[in-house]
Order: sequence, then C-alpha cells, then structure tokens
Amino acid sequence: MRDITAAVDGRARSRMIITVASGKGGTGKTTVASSLALAVNSSPVAFLDCDVEAPNAHIFLRPNFEAQEEVGLLIPQVDENLCDGCGVCAEVCQYHAIVVLAGKTLVFPELCHGCGSCTLNCPQSAISEIPDILGTLEGGLAAGGIKFSRGVLNIGEPMAVPVIRELKKWQSVGDDEVVIRDAPPGTSCPVVEAIRGSDFVLLVTEPTPFGLHDLRLAYELVSELKLPAGVIVNRDGIGDTRVDDFCRDAGLPILMRIPLERRFAESLARGANLVEAFPEYLPRFQELYRRIQSLVEGSQSSVIQPATESAGGDR
Amino acid sequence: MKIAISTNAPQLDAQFNPRFGRCAYFIIVDTDTRQWEAYPNPAANAGGGAGPQAVQFISSHGAQAIVSGGFGPNAYGALQAAGIQMYTTSGGTAASIVDDFVAGKLNIVTQSTNAGHHGGGRW
Repeated sequence: MRDITAAVDGRARSRMIITVASGKGGTGKTTVASSLALAVNSSPVAFLDCDVEAPNAHIFLRPNFEAQEEVGLLIPQVDENLCDGCGVCAEVCQYHAIVVLAGKTLVFPELCHGCGSCTLNCPQSAISEIPDILGTLEGGLAAGGIKFSRGVLNIGEPMAVPVIRELKKWQSVGDDEVVIRDAPPGTSCPVVEAIRGSDFVLLVTEPTPFGLHDLRLAYELVSELKLPAGVIVNRDGIGDTRVDDFCRDAGLPILMRIPLERRFAESLARGANLVEAFPEYLPRFQELYRRIQSLVEGSQSSVIQPATESAGGDR
Repeated sequence: MKIAISTNAPQLDAQFNPRFGRCAYFIIVDTDTRQWEAYPNPAANAGGGAGPQAVQFISSHGAQAIVSGGFGPNAYGALQAAGIQMYTTSGGTAASIVDDFVAGKLNIVTQSTNAGHHGGGRW
C-alpha cells in the first residue's frame, strides 16, 4: 500500500484514503465527505459510499450509475446423502451458523460469515458452497468528475460487512488517486470494515453530550486501528465545550468547525452540497485536505506499522 | 421425559429466565425420576447465533422439551429440527415450572414467538 519509491524520491505520496466516520448518526458525515470530495482538485477522486444500509451520498454527488454488480458470500450447502451427522462443521463454526441436530445438519444463512471452515473440514466432503447474494455495488461518474461507487445492502439482510468489503475492492485505485470513504454511523463491524485500510479518519461530531459520547467511542476505535484522525465540529455554537476539552486531552486536532445555520439545513434539504451552495466553503475544504495530507505525512514518520488491509472475520 | 428450563442460577429453586438463547443456566429435569442437572449455557455470551448454539447444547444433553419465555426464528427452526417441544411460561422457579409442566399448565409453542435479534428472519 505504501509507495516506497515516492518516499525515497522525497515526493509527497498523492494516493490517499480518507474515511469520514462519526460514531453518532446525523452529525454530517455525508455533507463533509461529499464536500471534501468536490474540493480535492490536485488528484483524481474516488468516492465510496460505505453506508450500505442507507446510502445517500448520491443525492449530493449525483452520479450517473453505469456499472452494477451483485455481491454476497459463499455459504455452505450440505449434501444429505453424504453427510453422516458427525458434527465437525458445527464444532469449527465460530458463528453457530451450522448445527447438527438429531443427526441432521442445519445451515442458518444469516449467521454465516462465509469463512469456508465447515466446507474445508468436512470429513465426508458433504459440503459445497453456493453464493448467497446480499447486495449490489453500483458505480458511475459523479459531479466534478468523481468516480463514485456505493454498496446497497438488500432489504432484510442483516450483514453489511461483506458488501462493504467487496465495495472497497471493486474499483481499481490509481496511484495518484484520493479515495474518500463515507462510513456508516456507529462503531460496529461495518464501520471497522469501512475504516480498515484508510490513511486518515475524519471524525465528524457535534458539541452535544450525544456527540461527545459517540466521539469517544469512535476515537477508541481509530486508536485501536492505529490510524491518524482529526475532528470536524459540525453545528458549532450549540451545546457546550466538552467536545473541545476531550479533543485537546486526547490530542485530536479539530480541523474545521461548521456553524449551525439555517441556510445550511435549507440547502442540504434541497440536495445541494455545502461547497456548491456556499462557494466560500470550497477553500476551507481545500485547506482541510492540505492539513490531512500533512497530518498523514507526519504520522508516517512516527507510525512504523502501516495499517494493513485484511479480510477480517467480522461481517 | 427430559425437559430443559432456562434459569438464572444452577438450583431447582432458581428463578426462571425468559431469554432462551442467552439465559445463564439450563436446568434439565427428568420428569419421571425427578433427577435434575444444571448446566451453564455456553451460548450466554455468544457474539451471534446464540439460539442455534443453545439448541445444540440442550439437544446434546437429551432434552425433549424446553420451557422458556420465547423463541426467535433461528431458535425455533433449530428446536423443530431437533424434535424438541417448545413451551412458554411467564415466571416461577425451576421446581414450580416442572410441576406446571407435569400438570399440563404450560403454553405449547407452534410458531416463532418473536422476530430475530440478529441474523434472523428467513425462517
């Protein structure tokens, strides 16, 4: 992932993955992510809407969807003629997605993480794998020439992670590209999957007790993943100063403040992006990107272990 | 007949726990001999799939019926496949529930009683 030659040349690496996350829902992740995507003009930009349970960045970036692909997992299918009910599959399944009851092997598709352990370990080779479609990936060019893609989890499917994982792999990323990922809210498995492999995490919060509570959780998550992060305080001017206090104590830089203003809410309600509706915000988001660049470059010299992309066991 | 009861503690006078997959203990009682045994529920803290895991556990201990507060879609499907009869009750101790069972006072369950918690729904 890291470009050694660029570092040797002393040139700043231009390829960068920035994930916008929040903890609390409704803090303005998509507003920030889409504005940032439109503000980056030094490199080609790819935008990934990773909030596959409720993707909405398309409203602000208006992609023309041209490509589509169904994605899912390989789940076990048991051949009853070969199965002798030995139960090895149930023993090796961490997720209790396959159980043997009264000599009969039962598969629970929604619990299956598609790891393949049961298939590999079946002494009778009675298990084969069949695709289980969970959602769809869609992509196309959006406003500002942004390469837009998103995952859409099928209604009723509980597991978002496999769709996010496939979305991240779907489009090839050029060496000079900036990738903006819009994460789902919260700090659960789908958020971890959206963040994994990023160079920087932008945490959007609001200065309220709820905002602070969830910012703390999100900060713990990025600390665990050993990623550099910064904060955007949205709806600035409401609530209290505890978010500021927390950021100062945690050493989290506050990179931008967006005040609570009725005109922002009105333009967002019309589906207009912040930087398009209020051009004075364009240089502010450009400056935000430059600061992220320098924070990433600074962290590269201090962080020895690069964050690695992994398949992971959670879905 | 061996019946399993979801409880909070490993004694016959333990209070009933209405959560099937995530109860603390299962007390398995032979209603003919009144012999009983208490087992910690291995699925109590499972990340997911507590229902199927709990069913597999009580099935492996020979339970032919289960008394709990309700059964989600995964648990229901698994209990049905295991041939374990499902009953619900609202409360009591393990001992009083055994008496209620013998007296035929418990409600028999013929369909999933609630929606899935995680990963449920297609049953």
